[in-house]
Amino acid sequence: MQYLCLVYPGADFTPQQADVPSYLSVRDAMTKAGVYVGSGALQPAESATTIHRRGGDIVLTDGPFAEMAEHVGGYFVLDCADLDEAVKWAVTIPAMARDASVEIRPLVEFTVPPEA
Amino acid sequence: MTTGPDLEVIVRTEWWRAVAVVTRLVGDLQFAEDAVQEACAAALIQWPATGVPANPGNWLITTARHKATDRLRRESRRLDKEVESVRDFSETGPPSSTSADEFRDDQLSLIFTCCHPAFDPAVRIALTLRAVCGLTTEEIAAVFLVPEPTMAQRLVRAKHKIVQSGIPLRVPPADALAERLPAVLRVIYLVFTQGHRPQAPIRSDLCAEAIRLARVLLELLPGEAEVSGLLALLLLTDSRRPARVDAAGDLVLLTEQDRTQWVKTQIEEGTALLETSLRAGPIGSYQLQAAIAACHSTAATSEATDWSEVAALYGELMRYEPSPVIEANRAIAVAMAEGPSAGLVILDSLAHHPQLSRWPQLEIARADLLTRLGRTSDAITAYRRALELEPPTAERLFITKKIRDLRGNDTSPH
Repeated sequence: MQYLCLVYPGADFTPQQADVPSYLSVRDAMTKAGVYVGSGALQPAESATTIHRRGGDIVLTDGPFAEMAEHVGGYFVLDCADLDEAVKWAVTIPAMARDASVEIRPLVEFTVPPEA
Repeated sequence: MTTGPDLEVIVRTEWWRAVAVVTRLVGDLQFAEDAVQEACAAALIQWPATGVPANPGNWLITTARHKATDRLRRESRRLDKEVESVRDFSETGPPSSTSADEFRDDQLSLIFTCCHPAFDPAVRIALTLRAVCGLTTEEIAAVFLVPEPTMAQRLVRAKHKIVQSGIPLRVPPADALAERLPAVLRVIYLVFTQGHRPQAPIRSDLCAEAIRLARVLLELLPGEAEVSGLLALLLLTDSRRPARVDAAGDLVLLTEQDRTQWVKTQIEEGTALLETSLRAGPIGSYQLQAAIAACHSTAATSEATDWSEVAALYGELMRYEPSPVIEANRAIAVAMAEGPSAGLVILDSLAHHPQLSRWPQLEIARADLLTRLGRTSDAITAYRRALELEPPTAERLFITKKIRDLRGNDTSPH
């Protein structure tokens, strides 16, 4: 099962170049264990653009869609056997050592129809 | 015609194992519960006519398995692999061929899943009462004082979460067991205390259910000292139930209870369990609480209680569960051992603790010590403060009676 781990950093956290090595080593460990799918750090919320469909038009608005989304600092996508394993890996995300919270959301698994 | 065994009791006793085994077979808790529920309903209809089968547990599992297979066939939207797993099992023979160890693991898996830390604590209790104890949604709603549809929705949501978020149906691996066991013990303890909600009559069925859960868990995990500790604590606390309320239904304080009404067999079993678990170790908070309960249970009178031992045990318990409530209890024991003023010093030091600001017991305890020190008007003030915190009915009646008594004593010399 794949899990999206949304990282909500502590109050005064800004990602820095100096954090890169710790993230790389966690990513290596996850890759070695076969659970790593992807990850990324997000630019600040003011950089967000939200698109909606209004009638036939695509409308762009400046900023994130929902208030909570302002606080997301980054994400990991992990492929784990179960929630216990996802929790085990999510606690190793370096931001956790600096009061971050990580929301673990399972991804819906769609059955891909066999090709005709 | 002889009166048969209580069928409801048999069904209730076999429920945990049946749901656990069928859950493993079909891989879905909701589905297993429904099938076992149907099997139980069938049993209650058939058994009075045919007699109780030699192994009612296996009968329920086999019947539930058939019901599950039938339903799976009917519901084409179910994945083929589920049907497959059930069919596989029916071809490998009856569940009696499954080893006792496998049953043991199934039962443990089920309770550890229901008590998974990913659930809100109240949800863990509700899930356990449903899946492990077999209470109906209506009964569980009554326990939590919520409407039945609310509880039904909570249970459905929790079972969806098991499936959607991949909460594993398995016994935690050995290295995680120590970390996960406290949540299970906590749920059993809370089932017991739900039976003792102060604003409601004692629900002896819930107390009995918690004791039963602890007993089975101890059979499943015989080496765990805290499981014995919990069972000992529940037995020792429950042994006082007959003396906890008087004929009028009013609360009777521990120190004033008629100790001849305490249930001797439960005290003996509880103290024996406690001794074994203390010897085996490691020590944990349930064993310490049981040891405190044992100090009371084995004393012939309140005065004969080893209060300094009780105070020392509360001091030890503070190291495991630092909480102002435990400190307040220690204060009361100190007051009994060393005199009311020594206890009052500790209680007064807790007066401004934010966790106790809505806790009437603190003022009730202060009032009691002030009474014993002869400070009648201070005691009345403390009781009045307790009343302002809107305690449950039984306690409110208790407090108003105390105030009335104190007023009587206060005015009589004049």
